[in-house]
Amino acid sequence: MLSKRLISCLDVRDGRLVKSVRFVNTKDIGDPVSAARRYYDAGLDELVFYDITASSDQRDIMLDVVEDVARQVFIPFSVGGGLRSAEDCRRVLEAGAEKVNLNTAAVANPEVISQAADAFGVQAVVLSMDVKASPSGSLPSGYEIVTHGGRQATGMDALEWARRGEALGAGEVVVNSIDADGTMEGYELKLTRMIADNVGIPVIASGGGGRPEHLCDALTEGGADAALVASMLHYGHYTVNTIKRYLRDQGLKIRITE
Amino acid sequence: MIHIVDYDAGNQTSVKRALDHLGVASVITSDSEELVRAERIIFPGVGHAHSALETLHERGLDEALRSAWARGTPILGICVGCQILLTGSEETDLPCLDIIGGRCLRFQPDDSTLKVPHMGWNALRVDRTHPLLRHVRPGDEVYFVHSYYPAPADERDVLATTRYGVEFAAVIGRRNIVATQFHVEKSGPVGLKILGEFVHWDGNAC
Repeated sequence: MLSKRLISCLDVRDGRLVKSVRFVNTKDIGDPVSAARRYYDAGLDELVFYDITASSDQRDIMLDVVEDVARQVFIPFSVGGGLRSAEDCRRVLEAGAEKVNLNTAAVANPEVISQAADAFGVQAVVLSMDVKASPSGSLPSGYEIVTHGGRQATGMDALEWARRGEALGAGEVVVNSIDADGTMEGYELKLTRMIADNVGIPVIASGGGGRPEHLCDALTEGGADAALVASMLHYGHYTVNTIKRYLRDQGLKIRITE
Repeated sequence: MIHIVDYDAGNQTSVKRALDHLGVASVITSDSEELVRAERIIFPGVGHAHSALETLHERGLDEALRSAWARGTPILGICVGCQILLTGSEETDLPCLDIIGGRCLRFQPDDSTLKVPHMGWNALRVDRTHPLLRHVRPGDEVYFVHSYYPAPADERDVLATTRYGVEFAAVIGRRNIVATQFHVEKSGPVGLKILGEFVHWDGNAC
């Protein structure tokens, strides 16, 4: 049986690891390459780098980070943030990433999903969606796609967007709850479950993970195939091993390396 | 020196980085003549079997691989480089390399909770002793990402299996060729050990 995956998300700005709460109040928490190496050695299953560099002329720093990670870390990792075209995707894939995370660019131009999937295969394309609960009745699923860290509404229904992303060629979908992000009070289970039940591609729960129990809930009740964590690991509250052993003790299939 | 086949199928650089990490010299090549003379070959690949086969054929790399195999060169196939060693594939109407008899089939899980692609870490069960798999312990997990899986016609060509709805061949091999459906270069220490065995494998199956 396939194991449930523990994925760590590393937000990178100007080549430095930062942690943001709801995409604001970012603070520097270290070097992304050594953090990646540490998590790899600890038995993490996968990594996501999210480039939140503001200015586009600093983006090449991210490619250097990707190359450095690829030289030392032999698990899959994806890169997102600032990717607008299949050509942008090619650059990070060639630098050593396995997958690209498409978010805002896909909302603005959904064809970028199919262009990337045609060029690199569906396995290389992750649709990353930022989602907020919408006022009742305004959208069929009750959830809306937002961009710019939740500041910008799109009027797009979250479930419809997930299905469309799959049809366009996304091989995986990250469901990031903006409402839960940074709270460390647990994933948005209802949202995660709704998406997981309605797409045929793997679903990654994101936003709100603060304790191992939250991951367990996302992977069982939430129906997710993987759970994304950030602060839980970055601040040393938990280790990869303590989280994984907890999940295994709860009866989940988990890869334990030691 | 290991020659890594370049046919625009994606992961040749990742394979090279893993070899660099192991301290093994390698070169990425799309030169068919160079490949025929190579002492050792890695045949990687991600993406579509169809476009992979087209590019291989355009560059004469399909024939080069067949003749390298015929002369006993140790070869390691990875992912798409595993799938297209078979006779054919449900992913394409093009003939595959036919080095190992059989076909590549698409996952069609009855259980709707089983997502396709099969993506993530799954356990290997070694069915046949092989030098490349000597360090694989029961329950060791490796990283898969694929929608099609190899189904060799002769079960003696199946070296290890994995379960995902069906039991499928995760490692296949015949004589001087071994191929993994999973990504050895992205499977952490377990994958690196298999790669580490390949770099000094003499090409004999036992």
